[in-house]
Amino acid sequence: MSDVAIELHELGKRFRLGLSHQGYGTLRDSLVNGVKAVPKKLIGRGPEVEYDYLDALRDVSFEVHRGEAIGLIGHNGAGKSTLLKVLSRIIEPSSGWADVTGRVGSLLEVGTGFHPELTGRENVFLNGAILGMRRAEIRARFDEIAEFADVDRFLDTPVKRYSSGMSVRLAFAVAAHLEPEILLVDEVLAVGDASFQRKSLAKMAEVAKAGSTVIFVSHNLATIQALCRRGILLERGAVLADAPVDEAVSQYLRGLERAASDDLLVRKDRHGWKESLVRKLAVYDVASGEADVVVGGRKAKIVIDCTEVLPMMDVRLTVVNSLGHPVATLDSELSSLSDVRDPELGPRIECEIDSLPLIPGRYRIDVVLRGRQELQDNLQAAAYFDVEPGVLDGRPMPAMGADGDVVLAHSWRLPPA
Amino acid sequence: MEQMTASKPSEEAAPVAAAPTTVRLEPTSGFSRVLSPRELWRYRDLALQIVVRDITLRYRQTALGAAWAILQPVAFMIIFSVFFGRVAGVSSGDVPYALFSLAALVPWAFFSSALLLGSESLVMYKDLVSKIYFPRIFMPMGVIGAGFVDLGISIAILLVVVLVYGIVPSAAILFLPFLIILAAAALLGATALLSAINVRYRDVRYVVPFAVQMWLFITPVVYSASSISQPWQTLSAINPMAGVVEGFRWAVLDTGSPPWALIGMSTLGATLLLLIGLAYFDRVERSFADII
Repeated sequence: MSDVAIELHELGKRFRLGLSHQGYGTLRDSLVNGVKAVPKKLIGRGPEVEYDYLDALRDVSFEVHRGEAIGLIGHNGAGKSTLLKVLSRIIEPSSGWADVTGRVGSLLEVGTGFHPELTGRENVFLNGAILGMRRAEIRARFDEIAEFADVDRFLDTPVKRYSSGMSVRLAFAVAAHLEPEILLVDEVLAVGDASFQRKSLAKMAEVAKAGSTVIFVSHNLATIQALCRRGILLERGAVLADAPVDEAVSQYLRGLERAASDDLLVRKDRHGWKESLVRKLAVYDVASGEADVVVGGRKAKIVIDCTEVLPMMDVRLTVVNSLGHPVATLDSELSSLSDVRDPELGPRIECEIDSLPLIPGRYRIDVVLRGRQELQDNLQAAAYFDVEPGVLDGRPMPAMGADGDVVLAHSWRLPPA
Repeated sequence: MEQMTASKPSEEAAPVAAAPTTVRLEPTSGFSRVLSPRELWRYRDLALQIVVRDITLRYRQTALGAAWAILQPVAFMIIFSVFFGRVAGVSSGDVPYALFSLAALVPWAFFSSALLLGSESLVMYKDLVSKIYFPRIFMPMGVIGAGFVDLGISIAILLVVVLVYGIVPSAAILFLPFLIILAAAALLGATALLSAINVRYRDVRYVVPFAVQMWLFITPVVYSASSISQPWQTLSAINPMAGVVEGFRWAVLDTGSPPWALIGMSTLGATLLLLIGLAYFDRVERSFADII
């Protein structure tokens, strides 16, 4: 028997925008377009019926061996989720093929198929069946599932009365006990509390060790590096790199850095309502006035230039370290009395940090811009900046490469020297 | 392999890989899945779970519960008896108008409510359709399966009413299961068609309630098929519900000669509807997740 679990051969997926662009059309739209197309069909002339196409996947080819754990990385919209959807048979490819050998379990979004009116127990059976488990199988593993999810006492309560954490745990527990030969995972670890996340990770590692093939999609690069040995980097639907995971991750990070060029408006990997876009994001050292190099412990200022002023503008910045771990979130929606709404400011938002408590190293900033109560723009790696060794609260900072990301102002009591 | 995974997994049972099947995912055209019995059989437990879900949901948090199954036909029976039986004087042959209409309303209520719910079934669970693979035909099928419970209850009540009126059904009653299958086949065809169109065009949502009302009037529910002159009487039974409804009257109320011509014509109608519905569903199923 061959030990290839998944083989992809020039797999492509093309979506037709236009009608499906707005979710779904009405019969009328379709009739109108149909009528427009008639003269074209009959005499080869007439108004063009134009559709936009989006190639979500292009000529993707690779092989996955049994028992291998693979991390899929790439920007938003690079095709990671589309690829998982094709592999789990939800959508059909438009070209090429994929051979999938063995039972596929997908955790594309845990808890879909959970019905709020049904009890935990009923949902376990329904969800298990949806994921492809036999009834006898679910019954045999039911206790294990309930225990793993830690919701034993609420099994006969409708799921609508569960906390979101509880229902996610239950959903993950069902999926985790599917014992698939091939497991497809998309971002599930973003949910649940820290201890549950650890449990889920351990479960996935166990699944991978037990010989299952795992394809894993996450924005959390550290998790991917911990779980997978091989990484596949997708960009605009095509495979950019297929390499040991650390190599693929660093190539991805380098790509992000290149993309953080001066004019952010050329970036296309953004989503949102786009009435106002982030044009430029820069981090200044207030004392030196220098951009993108800040001495730790000094006052820093982050300036976000946008294209338009909108009502109710707010911004959320995520500072991410060089390994891809988020370090801190700065959110203007969580307002403080010291915040100022300045009508003279123009399309610009400024954020001041009194003494930057980051250890020396390279950081990037992801930005989410909100306005008119909508998500306007979401851009990963809008800027990179370096933190130079400095002094916080009179104390020198640990050197680059020390454990941790942040410096805390603190003091000691020690025995005499 | 199915059996193996169902048993307690032990270290020895590990060679699940005995014969893992390889599925090739590629662009397809023409017919593929719905008519693949293997695929449906593989997911048979899911079909059961969906029916159980639909039944549970229908009665959970309702004050009257299963009484709803009979309330609708009985309410219509009363209204129809007053307006069509008394006021308009529609002929119901030898049987009281109330019975005449109830015998027709029982299958009609099954048909109309499953048609309404079934055509929404895919759109209602679009999260499921866009995120998980399973044979999509189970969605409309689940609605119909759950409808059988209501139908069973209302047939039981119908028989009680018939006995109260002093009518003892003849052996013709053994014909009921065939009529129910006929109605279910027509329903599956219609809901497969409508739910699939609904994925692309939400217009279906507005058309179906309206169409159900129209359909009631082209079906001999308030009137008797015998009031239509030939050959139209037989031809109109291409509407599958015409044969089902007249068949129910004959089977339950023992009204003389069996309406073979109508039932035959309706069987043809139901078969056509079923084939058209499944064929369309099968052709478009592959694109559901793209556009829903």
